[in-house]
Amino acid sequence: MAITTLNPPRIAKSRLTGRLVAQIKRHPTVALGSSLLLLMVAMALLAPLLQTHGPQDISPADRLQNPSSEFVFGTDMLGRDLYSRVVHGSKISLLVGVGVAAISISVGLAIGLLTGFLRWFDAIVMRIMDGLMSIPPVLLAIALMALAGASIQNVIMAIAIAEIPRVVRLVRSLVLSLREEPYVEAAVSSGTPLLRILIRHILPNTLAPLLVQGTYIFASAMILEAILSFIGAGTPPEIPSWGNIMAEGRTYFQSAPFIILFPGFFLSLAVLAVNLLGDGLRDALDPRLARRL
Amino acid sequence: MTIGRIAPETETPLLEVENLKKHFPIRKGLFSRVVGQVYAVDGISFSVAPNETLGIVGESGCGKSTAGKAILNLIKPTDGEVKLEGKRIDNLSGAKMRSVRKQLQVVFQDPYSSLNPRLRVGEIVGEPILNFDSRNRHAREERVIELLERVGLPADAAKKYPYEFSGGQRQRIGIARALALDPKMIVCDEPVSALDVSVQAQVVNLLMDLQQDLKLSYLFVAHDLAVVEHISHRVAVMYLGKIVELSDKHSLFSDPLHPYTEALLSAVPQPSPRRKPDRIVLKGDVPSPINPPKGCRFHTRCPYAFDRCYVEEPPLREVEPGRQVACHLHDDAEGTKGPSLPS
Repeated sequence: MAITTLNPPRIAKSRLTGRLVAQIKRHPTVALGSSLLLLMVAMALLAPLLQTHGPQDISPADRLQNPSSEFVFGTDMLGRDLYSRVVHGSKISLLVGVGVAAISISVGLAIGLLTGFLRWFDAIVMRIMDGLMSIPPVLLAIALMALAGASIQNVIMAIAIAEIPRVVRLVRSLVLSLREEPYVEAAVSSGTPLLRILIRHILPNTLAPLLVQGTYIFASAMILEAILSFIGAGTPPEIPSWGNIMAEGRTYFQSAPFIILFPGFFLSLAVLAVNLLGDGLRDALDPRLARRL
Repeated sequence: MTIGRIAPETETPLLEVENLKKHFPIRKGLFSRVVGQVYAVDGISFSVAPNETLGIVGESGCGKSTAGKAILNLIKPTDGEVKLEGKRIDNLSGAKMRSVRKQLQVVFQDPYSSLNPRLRVGEIVGEPILNFDSRNRHAREERVIELLERVGLPADAAKKYPYEFSGGQRQRIGIARALALDPKMIVCDEPVSALDVSVQAQVVNLLMDLQQDLKLSYLFVAHDLAVVEHISHRVAVMYLGKIVELSDKHSLFSDPLHPYTEALLSAVPQPSPRRKPDRIVLKGDVPSPINPPKGCRFHTRCPYAFDRCYVEEPPLREVEPGRQVACHLHDDAEGTKGPSLPS
């Protein structure tokens, strides 16, 4: 009690940090995943400041240099600084990840809600989704890229189309089970219109699993982007993406393995961060626990 | 103990159900061919008077909950009529049905799944009001608090989430939601069977108080005979989608006419699971509602079944004033009486 009167501001501050510590202790994976991801985002945003050389600056004299104080991660076959290219590559990976997650979740949610409520729509759309799902996502994305041509937007669209069927399936199954929930029946019997039932009772209860699904899509989209770029069907070669850098380093793997290792490490780290976040969110978003936050 | 009225026949009924049927098609194969029907509710008729409680009892799968849902128009009845204050409601849909829902509310069995976990109690209880009058937010909040206090919850419950309450409290929230629109009729679909026995009594007594104060009618679906005896004025006993006996509570419990009712009652007082001295143990299982037995549906398990029961289905008929039973044993009129019931 005496301490409180002597030193009130300090108590308030320590209470706040105490709460933060408690949250991190409760959901360590969320904290770890989100801080790793925040670092990645910071790296992408501050890339022009963090770079030591221009990511596209060619310097043939310095090609295939081992990591040194001048070139932290070494240089590639054109003498470009690998560190600066990897830092810039994070932009592409995160952009593709976020873009694919946002597009596939929102489109999948809209289609899924409709299929859950309209029978005829369900019958048609789900057969199309089955067809899409029977094609491996990588092949589907390659085919779409071959049709559309190399650009970041096309990469995002191609991967999103490959991911949408999974989201639709998830939302549809959620809606079908939520429709039978007694609280939805209770809403119907208290005269709630369909639109309000969708917005108030169905939608909020699909968001938690969707958010978790979104993080997994985020992670797999980053990998798919790297795969597409690696085989030359993705991001245009002039843009440094992790997949592109690895593709270029492929032929020099024996003499200069670091060209593949560094972007590969960052890709794994980013995927790990997003997956940790997703796993943590799945636990944290349990409605009974989430409200105590 | 007698609240409400005992002689419903003299009044205009609030709810009338005539020959209500609900059959669920069984679909199989690639083209969802209908290969059979589940006769969940197969022609039931009854009425509920204003301020009266009609209990519907029967074992699991006899169609009592399905009947409740069909009356609420949550599932479309296959056949038959449901009338509320003389007007048919079973064929209504959309906006017309919504306006009827003001009069006809429901309390569900499971107090956990019947409240949306993501809404505050105030939003849950206020939703029916919001559906019919979205303008006056302040009045709605006041009404919600009034309703919560009416069912014995503190006013600050409105700001909490359902998970913060126990089963009994949650059921009170469900009751408050059902009361929000000042209904005349509440269908209670096993409202206490998910609760502890000690809490059951509180909730049943709350329902009875509310009936007295607000002049409500209940259709009280349950499988617990003790609860039904406590709250009902009249009781309908269902077996395999049909009503086998419908009578006022006192005569039904003191002198059951149908052999099935008799067997059910003999199973009632069981303070100890080991004490079952006078029980009539029915042999076998309930026949499948997909393929109900010919003749009387109960003949496969009835200890008094005779030839006529195997071929002819007994209609539900009035054998004494206010007492209806569907059993050939009580068919005095045609003089083809079978062996009389041993008492």
